[in-house]
Amino acid sequence: MKLVIKTVTKPGSTRANKTGAWRSFMPVFDHKLCSKCGICAIYCPEGVVYKLENGFFEPDYEYCKGCGICANECPKKAIKMVLEGK
Amino acid sequence: MITIKELPDENLFTAGHTACPGCGVAMSIRNAIRVLGKDTSVYVPASCAVVFGTTFPYGAWKVPFFHTAFENTGACITGMQAAFEKKGKKVTAVGFAGDGGTYDIGLQSMSGAAERNEDVIYICLDNEAYMNTGIQRSGGTPFGAWTTTTPVGTKVQGNRRFKKNLGEIVAAHEIPYYATLSIGHPLDFIRKVEKAKNIKGFRFLHMFTPCIPGWKMDPAKTVEVTKRAVESGMWTLYEVENGEKKITFKPGKMKSVRDYLMMQGRFRHMSDEDIKKLQMWVCKKWNLHYKEKGAPEVCEIVPPEEHHAVTEEHREMHGP
Ligand SMILES: Cc1ncc(C[n+]2csc(CCOP(=O)(O)OP(=O)(O)O)c2C)c(N)n1
Ligand code: SF4
Ligand code: SF4
Ligand code: SF4
Ligand SMILES: [Mg+2]
Repeated sequence: MKLVIKTVTKPGSTRANKTGAWRSFMPVFDHKLCSKCGICAIYCPEGVVYKLENGFFEPDYEYCKGCGICANECPKKAIKMVLEGK
Repeated sequence: MITIKELPDENLFTAGHTACPGCGVAMSIRNAIRVLGKDTSVYVPASCAVVFGTTFPYGAWKVPFFHTAFENTGACITGMQAAFEKKGKKVTAVGFAGDGGTYDIGLQSMSGAAERNEDVIYICLDNEAYMNTGIQRSGGTPFGAWTTTTPVGTKVQGNRRFKKNLGEIVAAHEIPYYATLSIGHPLDFIRKVEKAKNIKGFRFLHMFTPCIPGWKMDPAKTVEVTKRAVESGMWTLYEVENGEKKITFKPGKMKSVRDYLMMQGRFRHMSDEDIKKLQMWVCKKWNLHYKEKGAPEVCEIVPPEEHHAVTEEHREMHGP
């Protein structure tokens, strides 16, 4: 009998899964309302809300699944969930 | 103490993992590993986290990762830590197990590691049922909750047992550190993970992690529901350090358990009678928990003169 053992060897390789395709609503960030608190970045289950050089935050749409948590938690109501393709 | 702003930006649990949108387990893992840092080696038993974090041939972890079976988290992290010590490596073995893998099948293995005071961190991701295999009831499932093994019918509606008090069981091992955490309270969350990281011996972090399909809820409400859980007393935030219990967050005013329940489809069938039963259980827990010596009863939902009824009902259901 031949024993075949397969292992996952590349750390962080799930980045090959572009989970942004799962999304039906996309979060749109309005920097005019944003207070740069960073709450959206903490709560994003995908860890794809990033701080820009100017201190504002933007999601990486390649991976954002559109769960809506960032929009629900933003204290400034600076994030709107918009239907994809609109 | 580390603050949110000082947390490293690098994701040690990367995007592209396949958890459901809004998953409370993914959110907790991601933030915990950010605090624990690179000198960590992770073990995950059979659970959602092993499936969505390491879907073959990909892996989300950027720290060494190990997986074998379902029931052995305590034993595996013990062995990993022993190997690191033998090799002189300054690495901490951390186990991330589900509630099924901790309250039920993994209890013996966890208890052994706790009793030996192994120098490891045990994290329980409590989503209150066996989610990975399609939502079966566990010892962590609350009273009234629908699961596939506690269905809603004409005779019985949902789970008949109350959530097992795992905190008391773990703390009874007289370990250096046990804490309950909620991702809806990130400052408290980060402080506790950081604290556990710097203690020697067996550390247990008990995380409350909402599950979207299992709780039948809106994915946008993951954080909101954990906040409601704490405000109603369904989840309490505390830590036990060397036998000394300390409340780390006390909600201002107790909110009715109904607000929490109605956010989730798994509870929406509950009769007024069942909701009252659960409310009484919560009131009792709340009073035990938040009452300082000599202070009046703090539960404001059910009047104190009715509290003896809770004890009576409890006896009827569970024996003396
Ligand atoms: C000994 C054994 N029994 C059953 C299973 C099937 N199984 C895999 S994951 C799982 C449920 C895990 O539930 P929990 O620990 O609560 O983690 P969750 O998926 O909810 O995060 C079960 C029953 C198994 N892998 N091994
Ligand atoms: S939560 Fe809202 S206000 Fe805070 S940084 Fe994000 S977008 Fe800005
Ligand atoms: S919608 Fe969800 S996945 Fe997308 S950026 Fe917001 S929190 Fe992250
Ligand atoms: S079933 Fe629940 S715990 Fe599992 S990935 Fe989905 S939301 Fe997370
Ligand atoms: Mg579970």
